[in-house]
Amino acid sequence: MKYYDKLIFEISKPGRKGYTLPANGYGRGLAELPEGLRRGEPLGLPEVSEPDVVRHYTNLSQMNFGVDTGFYPLGSCTMKYNPKINEEVAAMPGFIGLHPLQDGADGAKAVIEGLDKALAEITGMAKFTFEPCAGAHGELTGLMIMRSYHMRRGDTARTKVIVPDSAHGTNPASAAVCGLEVVEVKSNAAGLVDVEDLKPLLGSDIAGIMMTNPNTLGLFEKEIAEIASLVHGCGGLLYYDGANMNPLLGVVRPGDMGFDIMHLNLHKTFSTPHGGGGPRSGPVGVAAHLADLLPTIKVSGFHGNFGVMLRAYAYILMLGRQNVALAGKYATLSANYIKESLKDCYKLPIPSVCKHEFVFDGLVNDGSGPEREGATTLDVAKRLLDFGFHAPTIYFPLLFHQALMIEPTETESLETIDAFIGVMREIAAEAAADPAMLKAAPHCAPIRRPDETTAARQPILKYQP
Amino acid sequence: MAGFSYFPHTEDDIRTMLEKIGVSSLDDLYADVPPQFIHKGGYDLPDAMSEQQVRDFFEDLASRNTRYKIFAGAGAYDHYTPAVVPYITSRSEFLTAYTPYQAEISQGTLRYIFEYQSMICSLTGMDVSNASLYDGPTAAAEAMKMALACTKKKTRVLLSKGLLPQVSQVVETYARFHGVPLGYVEMEKGRTSLESLKAQLEAGDVAGVIVPALNRFGIIEDYTGFAEAVHEAKAVVVEYCDPSALAVIKTPGEWDFDIAVGDGQPLGIPVCFGGPYVGFMACRSDYVRKMPGRIVGQTVDADGKRCYVLTLQAREQHIRREKATSNICSNESLMALYVTVYMALMGPEGLRQVNDLSYAGAHYLHDALLATGKFEEAFTAPFLKEFVLNPLVSAEALQKALAAAGFFGALSTEEGYVSFCVTEKRTREEIDALVAAVKEV
Repeated sequence: MKYYDKLIFEISKPGRKGYTLPANGYGRGLAELPEGLRRGEPLGLPEVSEPDVVRHYTNLSQMNFGVDTGFYPLGSCTMKYNPKINEEVAAMPGFIGLHPLQDGADGAKAVIEGLDKALAEITGMAKFTFEPCAGAHGELTGLMIMRSYHMRRGDTARTKVIVPDSAHGTNPASAAVCGLEVVEVKSNAAGLVDVEDLKPLLGSDIAGIMMTNPNTLGLFEKEIAEIASLVHGCGGLLYYDGANMNPLLGVVRPGDMGFDIMHLNLHKTFSTPHGGGGPRSGPVGVAAHLADLLPTIKVSGFHGNFGVMLRAYAYILMLGRQNVALAGKYATLSANYIKESLKDCYKLPIPSVCKHEFVFDGLVNDGSGPEREGATTLDVAKRLLDFGFHAPTIYFPLLFHQALMIEPTETESLETIDAFIGVMREIAAEAAADPAMLKAAPHCAPIRRPDETTAARQPILKYQP
Repeated sequence: MAGFSYFPHTEDDIRTMLEKIGVSSLDDLYADVPPQFIHKGGYDLPDAMSEQQVRDFFEDLASRNTRYKIFAGAGAYDHYTPAVVPYITSRSEFLTAYTPYQAEISQGTLRYIFEYQSMICSLTGMDVSNASLYDGPTAAAEAMKMALACTKKKTRVLLSKGLLPQVSQVVETYARFHGVPLGYVEMEKGRTSLESLKAQLEAGDVAGVIVPALNRFGIIEDYTGFAEAVHEAKAVVVEYCDPSALAVIKTPGEWDFDIAVGDGQPLGIPVCFGGPYVGFMACRSDYVRKMPGRIVGQTVDADGKRCYVLTLQAREQHIRREKATSNICSNESLMALYVTVYMALMGPEGLRQVNDLSYAGAHYLHDALLATGKFEEAFTAPFLKEFVLNPLVSAEALQKALAAAGFFGALSTEEGYVSFCVTEKRTREEIDALVAAVKEV
């Protein structure tokens, strides 16, 4: 990767243009607009030719790392390979030219119905809504359904939702947006929801519980049957955060575990690209007894991110019944293999078999001494960039101070994984010998570590000529 | 084992890995799952298809959709997408990256988001933009919450009845669960009524008001006196904008409004059956710490080189959890790139011409439709590219006649008007053909 310094505004020159448009042959135009409704301020967009635009953004792209560039073991993000047939399908003119309100969209409706049926079969839910545009949007939608269920029964006192301390940050934030108060349930020493801590929290004010299974430590919540029975027993519902669905793909169905509502991240489990942050899709599935509530919750403009749905459906059809049962198992195999191969160099707080991901708590030997500061998880992450790997998720979950969360997915070869393990061992050795070198990493990326403090204290949030 | 093209695992690989882990089979990795939860009997899914079969399957479905010439808007506008836009956005370094957490190897994403923020600020006349939100309606819902955060002790939010129905509906959904009472500002002669607004403000409980730049009748609103009235009541004004139109019509900044939101779709994003699109949000610098979503800022690296990072993260869910400004985690980054590349190509003059052509075509159609004698004017206020008429024939018959001639238009509004929209993609010949079809009704 090479550093490229320009902003598009800095290659602008008055008089250049990057568009072609037909001439206005109507004999009328904007000159008719009343003066008081017209824009007065000049528009600060660049003036650039088409080749300038293409080269500029190509240069920018070369400072970026994607799944196609290399291994991306970002925990809880499921950075699996994004199949190229998906892109071809999503770009078909017969789909992208469809107005969302038009009739004559039988093919598009068949896509939504087919995907709905496939996801229902894979998850054990009855019906999905595709309006949510991301995972957190799905959580919010799911909680709206949970509240609607109670309100419909006239049970207005259920204003609290239970969230484990290991949960993704979006869980409590979604609950707050939905007008619910968050009650935290603790994890036990084994990293699982502490059932004894849960019991006293349950009562007539509990709307339900949000859980991900496996949890953010990558551990299967094996007491889920008892948890489901307890929560249902107090009149609450169970919400499944599908962010960690990948290891269960083709193995376990959330509906069978007692969950009433769930979301899926099509951009994680179902291979659609993350796009540097989006567009994503977070469809919400519900058990049969809640299906009639779905049309009462309008959370986005039209039918959701249809282009993302097309990609996910293409992926499911490629997998088919024959391969769907392999994805989750291979992802789990790779995660456990990495964990076992590195646990002598990195602290493993919970040694049990993991699912798609696991969490280390920093280096066994961080190289610290009386005169020198040891290497941290951040330093390990930055040093990985020098070797052509993306960093794992760091400092999450919050249960450990030096959390390093690794998720390999099922699409990486043993050779890639072994190379990663080799580099992680080399970095551990470097840390023990010379932690200062790690603190200065990365050494080979387009830039070195940015000054985030100044960025936040003296914010520069737009181009200033 | 047959193998599958996305999974590199050979039998040997699997054996090597299982040995290292110390278990004898893949199923042993699920020994902690209670047996009753292991799904048995396979999945009722189609047989795995070859890539060619998948392509054929979707080509068949795509062919079952009708490809109309689009003469409708209502929140999804059929503007032209230059070839460069999908070409750049399909580069896998952009497409297959995650949110730019590791700034050192994400300068591409961070840089284009910074450019995007700069362009949105210029379009709206606002000081600060975030890195994008899901879509226009959810951006409006986020703005409702932001208005409450910006104005302590105020509880109610007002919506203009000129907002698109899907915008109001999404805001209403969020309000219902977040516990926000809503009020509505009436329309008068096709525009949001200042009198109605002032009457609502008198209660003293209003935190903010959301009004459209172009309303659902396509009319360009005139907000003379609105900002003064709202600011006097210590509330904020949010304008829901068509960003393409902001190149030529008075901006939220020029109206002295506080927050601008809307959908970036008109900036060259294909209609694509409703998504993915991109929500945008920009505001006055006073309110930046109340703004939801990711924000990119400029800084320098350890060597003093200019670079970009995600910043002001103390507002966000991964730090603040239930106390965050929003539950938003992702943004529509690739669609932000879509509109950034579009705006880079178009520049100020290209966007002006897009609006000029749309304006001219829409007015040409408007006058031609009135001349058929099958409509009456609904309003006389100025419009840009979308307008409504009062049909003297049945709306359904109109829609059918248009469809039969290959056009999608004459959408019914709740008042019984029909709406039309013309973009630069429509030709004079197409407009003439549409009018000819109308004459036959």
